This record gives sequence, structure tokens and C-alpha cells, in this order.
Amino acid sequence: MTTIPLNKRRGLFRRKLVDRIVGVLSVAALVLAIGGMAWILWTVFARGASVLSWEFFVNPSKPYGALNAGIGNALLGTVAITLGAAAMGIPPAILAGIYLAEFGKGTKLGNAIRFAANVMMGMPSVVAGLFVYAVLVIPMGGFSGFAGSVALAFLMFPVVLRTTEDMLLMVPDSLRESALALGCSRARTALRIICRSARGGLVTGILLAIARVSGETAPLLFTALWSDAWPKNYFTGPTANLPVLITEYATNSPFEEQHAAGWGASLVVTLLVLALNISCRIIFKEKHHGR
Amino acid sequence: MNDSGKTLISSACTDRVFRIAAAGSALLAPLLLAALLIQLGVGSAPAWREFGPGFLIGTEWDPVRNVYGALPAIVGTLLTTALALLFAIPPAFVTALWLVDAPPGIGEILSQALDLLAAIPSVIYGMWGLFVLVPVMQDHVQPFLSDTLLFGKIPFFGEYGNGFGFLTASLILALMILPYISAVMRNVFRMTPAVLRESAFGVGCTRWETAKDIVMRYGIRGLLGGIFIGLGRALGETMAVLFVIGNVVALPEDLYASGTTIAATLANNFAEADGVLRAVLFALGLILLLLALGVQMIAQYYLALTGAGRGER
Repeated sequence: MTTIPLNKRRGLFRRKLVDRIVGVLSVAALVLAIGGMAWILWTVFARGASVLSWEFFVNPSKPYGALNAGIGNALLGTVAITLGAAAMGIPPAILAGIYLAEFGKGTKLGNAIRFAANVMMGMPSVVAGLFVYAVLVIPMGGFSGFAGSVALAFLMFPVVLRTTEDMLLMVPDSLRESALALGCSRARTALRIICRSARGGLVTGILLAIARVSGETAPLLFTALWSDAWPKNYFTGPTANLPVLITEYATNSPFEEQHAAGWGASLVVTLLVLALNISCRIIFKEKHHGR
Repeated sequence: MNDSGKTLISSACTDRVFRIAAAGSALLAPLLLAALLIQLGVGSAPAWREFGPGFLIGTEWDPVRNVYGALPAIVGTLLTTALALLFAIPPAFVTALWLVDAPPGIGEILSQALDLLAAIPSVIYGMWGLFVLVPVMQDHVQPFLSDTLLFGKIPFFGEYGNGFGFLTASLILALMILPYISAVMRNVFRMTPAVLRESAFGVGCTRWETAKDIVMRYGIRGLLGGIFIGLGRALGETMAVLFVIGNVVALPEDLYASGTTIAATLANNFAEADGVLRAVLFALGLILLLLALGVQMIAQYYLALTGAGRGER
């Protein structure tokens, strides 16, 4: 045992002081982060709430100067694009999650796929937009809501894949073994037994993925673009959506009315995303307390 | 008898089909990644042919003469990302530390609130940045830093600005990535064996000493993994940066100067892009993708290391 020379010992007072200071800094950092969030949310509510009205939701957006402009078309377009993305992205993602959890556990291929999915999850969303722009928008000859859906499906895929795998792995092996011992096929076991008992977790993962992409803007700039029309030509033409509407009104418009409409649209998107997020948390929590 | 024989065969058959479908879907992940790289590589080929490797260090951006260089966008991306990390890591570390030890009720609620911060769409951060933070930066923060704290005398810091620029973009990015880093760090702290921390307290360490000398050393790889996750997010963030960076293709003169990042350049120029400019955008996308993939791989490597460490126990 070496003894620390007296002059190099840190005094108890100083150590306690440093500890106290760090404690105060932690709380300050927390207040700063949560305060930043509160500031953002408050701004969105304060500036967005005043423009909300029935007309704002049912009328389509119009060029500046037209009366009774709203965000109805963008709202509908966002819903269409997001549901399209969910329809394309979720089924293969769940199948892939089942593969990783049921067949690919600990195999080299399974690990490689998991790694690829993890890497894909951190891919910048703007790159997904660029990719779909190259493989869909250029060959199809123009922007379309469908291309937007494909770009969002691209972003949803790894998220749903990884949560599905995690949720399925939480199902106890005894359940798996019982099903197989009763003579169920692997497919039946996976779909009817494992997926069913992990249902709450799967729903949470899907909702979280939807929440994550429904506010995505960058990929839509390259694919769905933007339009004042109702989203009738989802497959063939630019399709209105909320995030790009916000971007347009905020950056390309000098008019106060359009800024206000942008705040209104921001409030709608924020409420949508937060509602999805909070309900996920509640579902997941109840599920876990139930066990 | 015959009947059940048939079902067995058909169930074996559906089993195989199911397995193939599942494996096929799972293979989509690596295949899509590969397709992405190939597509961006092919799409950017004309740009590489035109400008050669000099594209990476070219500083010109002249749509009239069709001369483009990637350096301003690359430097802008690296600068905003580095500053955002600088601003985000210390608070992420101390908040994670505090939240892990906080009384259960409060800790839970605040953790959830911090997670919600990560859920707010980036375009909302952009709106807030443009209409709220930029004026505040211009009227209060920048004059305070320059005149009161005399930071304006520091080279490269910048003396007067219009609120837009690298500093503002980095602040917003820091707020955006803080919850991600903090979430990973919380998990790492929770993984530290209780006996290690208790021993540290037992020999008389204060909480901070335990955190810095025991918990941090134990979980350093996980912490690095978390930092790289945040780094990856900051690198590719588009909208929040696009709204407040100023969108000038130029090398940063100081922190208050307007500039651009790779993602912002992509979002800004896509509409009128064809010919060489389109290839240039694909080349920028390829650079961004390679940077992001590299960062993600390092993050996964570190996180996998801690996962393995946990598995041993």
C-alpha cells in the first residue's frame, strides 16, 4: 500500500464541493434540456392554436391571397403517404424480425443482417429521399406521393425490424417449445403463438415507427414534393403533405398569414406525433405491468 | 390417416415458404444498403468524371459555369456536428448520471420527457429555430458574447452576425441529439454492476468520483457508442439545419457566418437539379452516406462490445 503524500491529498471539503457543483450542474442541464423542449412546445401551441378552426382543417391550401385557405389537402396527403409507407414497410419488416428472432439467432447471417439493420437505422433520412428520387422519381418522370411512401417505408423498415426482434426475443422459450411439442409447424408457432403473445410490443414498435416517419420532411422534399391540390394523384403527381407545407410556408414565403398557417400545421404535426408517442408508452407500460 | 398425412406435408411446405419469405425479407436490409451505395455511386459517376477527386477539395460553387466543389458543404457538416457534440455531450452525461440515481418517480417522468424531446419532428425544431432562436441569437446572445464576454476578440469566433449561421445551427442540433446520447448513457450507467459502485461509495468516494472514476471507466465503450449515435444523427440532420444555417455555399469564416452542410445543400438544390448538378448532388449524398455509415459502424462496434461485456456476467 502506498500512502498518498499529505500535500497531494484532496481535501474533503474540496471533494464535497466538486460533488455538489456537479450535482447542481446536472439539474441545470436537465432544466435546460426540458426547458428547451417546453419552450419549443409552448411556441408551437401559442402561435399555432390561434389559426386552428374547422375551415383550417377542411379547406385545401391555396396560393397567397386566396380566402379560406387551410391545410385539409396536406393533412389528407400526410395520412395517405404515411399509411402507404406503413403498408409497404411493415409486413416485410415483421417477417424479417421473425426471421432474426426465430431462425437467425446467433448465426452469422443473422448477425450480419442485424448489423445492417442497425446501420440502416442511423442512415440520414435525406439520403433515403435521394435514393428514391433516383430509382422512382426520375424513371417515373415526376414527383409522386407514392414515391414519398416508398422513401418513408425505407426508413420504417429497420426500426420495425429491430423492435419486432427485440419483442419476440422477450417471449419465453418455454412457450416456443410447448407449441413445437404439440406439433405446430415453425410458421404456425411464430405467427400464432409468439407474435400473438408479443402483440403489445409489436403494436408499440409499429406506432413508434409511424410516429417517427410522420414528421419526416427531408425525404419528402425529393419525392412527394408539394402541391395545393387535393391528393387525388397520389401515384402520378406531387402530393400535398404537412411537413413540406411547413417548410414552404416558413422558408419561401414572406407573408405573415402563411407563417401563421405554418405554425398551425406545425401544431397539428406535433400533436399527432406526441399523441402517437405517448399512447405507445402507455400501451407498453400497461402490458408490462400486466405481466 | 391419409388426410393427416396431407396436412403434415402441406404444413411442411408452408413452413418452407414461410421460412424463405422471412429470410428474403431479412435479406432486404443488407440488399437495400448495397443498392443505396451502388445507386449513389452510379448516379454520381458524371461528377467524379468531370471534377475528379479534386471535387472533394473544390471550394467553388458556380451554377452558371457548372463548376462545383464539395469542400464548403463537407467542412460545414463537420463543423456543425463537432460543435453540436461539444454542446451536447457534457449535459447529456450529467443528466444521465442524475436521472439514473434520481428518486424513482421523478427520474421516470423526466426520462420520459427527455425521450419525447427526441420525438419532436426536426421540421418543428427548424420552425422554432427560424422564428424564435434566430432573433434571440441576433438581439441578445451574439451581442452578449461579443460585447460583454468579449468573445468577439477570439479569432474565428465572429463579432457580429445576423442570427443565422453555424453557431445557431449547432445549438439546435445539440438540443436534438442530447436526448439520444443521454438515453444510451442512462442504459450504460444502469449496466454498471451495483457492487462496483457500492464498493466505491464504501471506500469513501463521493458520487461524482464514483461516476467519473468507476462508472465512466467501466462503461466507456458504451458511452462512446452513445456519442457516435448522436454524431450520426447530427451529421445527417437536414431540416433543422436548413432553416437556420443561412444557406451560402462558402467555407466558414467564423461561427456567426452563414454556410451550408451536405444535407442542406441537397435539400436546397434538388428542385432545379439536372445534368452535372444532379450528379454533384448524388456525389454529395454518397459522401454523406459513407460518413454516416462509418459513424454507425463505429457506434455499433462499441455498443456490441458492451453488450458482450454484459453477456459474460
